[in-house]
Amino acid sequence: MNDISVFFDGVCKKYPHFSLDNIGLELATGSIMGFIGANGAGKSTTLRILMGLVHQDSGTVRVLGHSMPEEQTAAKLDIGFVSEDLRLYGPATLEWHMNFLRPIFPRWDQPYADGLAHRFDLNPQQKIKGLSHGQRVKAALLLALARRPRLLVLDEPTTGLDPVARVEVLEELMSVLADEDRTILFSSHNTLDVEQISDQITFIDRGKIIDSDNKEAFLDRWRRLRLVLPPDGVVPRLPGFVQVGGSGRLPVVTTNRFEPAMVSACNEMGATVQAVDTMTLEEIFVANVHSRRERGAA
Amino acid sequence: MHSGIVISQTDTRPMYLQIMEQVKQRVAVGEWAPGTEIPSIRQLAIDLRVSVITIKRAYLELEREGIILTQQGKGSIVAPNPNLSPRLYYEEFAERLEQVARLGELLGLSNDQIAARLRDASKPLDLTRTETIRLKKEIA
Repeated sequence: MNDISVFFDGVCKKYPHFSLDNIGLELATGSIMGFIGANGAGKSTTLRILMGLVHQDSGTVRVLGHSMPEEQTAAKLDIGFVSEDLRLYGPATLEWHMNFLRPIFPRWDQPYADGLAHRFDLNPQQKIKGLSHGQRVKAALLLALARRPRLLVLDEPTTGLDPVARVEVLEELMSVLADEDRTILFSSHNTLDVEQISDQITFIDRGKIIDSDNKEAFLDRWRRLRLVLPPDGVVPRLPGFVQVGGSGRLPVVTTNRFEPAMVSACNEMGATVQAVDTMTLEEIFVANVHSRRERGAA
Repeated sequence: MHSGIVISQTDTRPMYLQIMEQVKQRVAVGEWAPGTEIPSIRQLAIDLRVSVITIKRAYLELEREGIILTQQGKGSIVAPNPNLSPRLYYEEFAERLEQVARLGELLGLSNDQIAARLRDASKPLDLTRTETIRLKKEIA
């Protein structure tokens, strides 16, 4: 049993107008990683390298113990991949797709597939081209799940889904994890979904990993401190300082290394702490990206 | 065992705190008796559609507070003598008091005025009482 399902080290890929720079990732078996980035940040390219669909220029990629892209044939039997373009064949029905995949994947689970079709409210006899976007996403997910893959790689699985479908999809993803040997990596720009179900969170921006940690640690160490400064007071340089907002004597300082002692330290330095705000993953992501971009520009 | 725990999306407290509080309430009212097995971390995660790591965190804190016992590979049970010390409530109480004091100061209220308002707040409001009567009539 390999404890790490996905491992990236020093992975680079250069395109004329975009490059992935020194990507490192580690995803433990049995957990979910949410991969967050703005549009064009490099999420899909990273997932395609993971699948062996795009070859890295340099660096190591190991997936379920297989070296990629060299051993992609063996690896792909155990990976369920749902890409943004879904790759379904329009003129055929969902049932046709199931019949096509069944003989290829030894662990194909037909009762589970039938159950999923029922829970997702999909008609197997309906042609793919007649399905709505949400139904197509659910059909693609069904085809990936019914293979019972050890690793699920999902590119934006909840984008464009209505609230009911989103909950259905999240529910199925969580139930996959009942089996401790199975792992999920999904990309999203919906931070709410990621915040809810991920164990591990990775931020990517402009082709670089800008932060990666377990979710609880992430949410614990980011705080906004609302301060009241004395006249002529200066904003204390807090450890893990990310950015300062607010106005002159009422600054709002964001830190990514919060600890409770910070409050008493500020108070002793004359900066009264009015409130310590927790931050949502979305706020953390945006603050993180802005501060990195500003620093990059400076 | 179905947990019956419901997570609030609008509650600004971290999710693990909400889960801890609801587990404690179940223990306090005796729904989850001392010694009974409670859902495993994974089971509860799937049930609530919340990441495993969040439930792990909640269970770890609950164990630290002496509410539950977790045995590696054997799942978790309610502690034989669950310690329901309301430390967390005290902390929250202190936090809210601070907020009230600050708001009072902002409004230019004296300490005595703030204290008086606090005494008023603990009396049931007339408005609520009329509303209750109206609702009771509606329901009956």
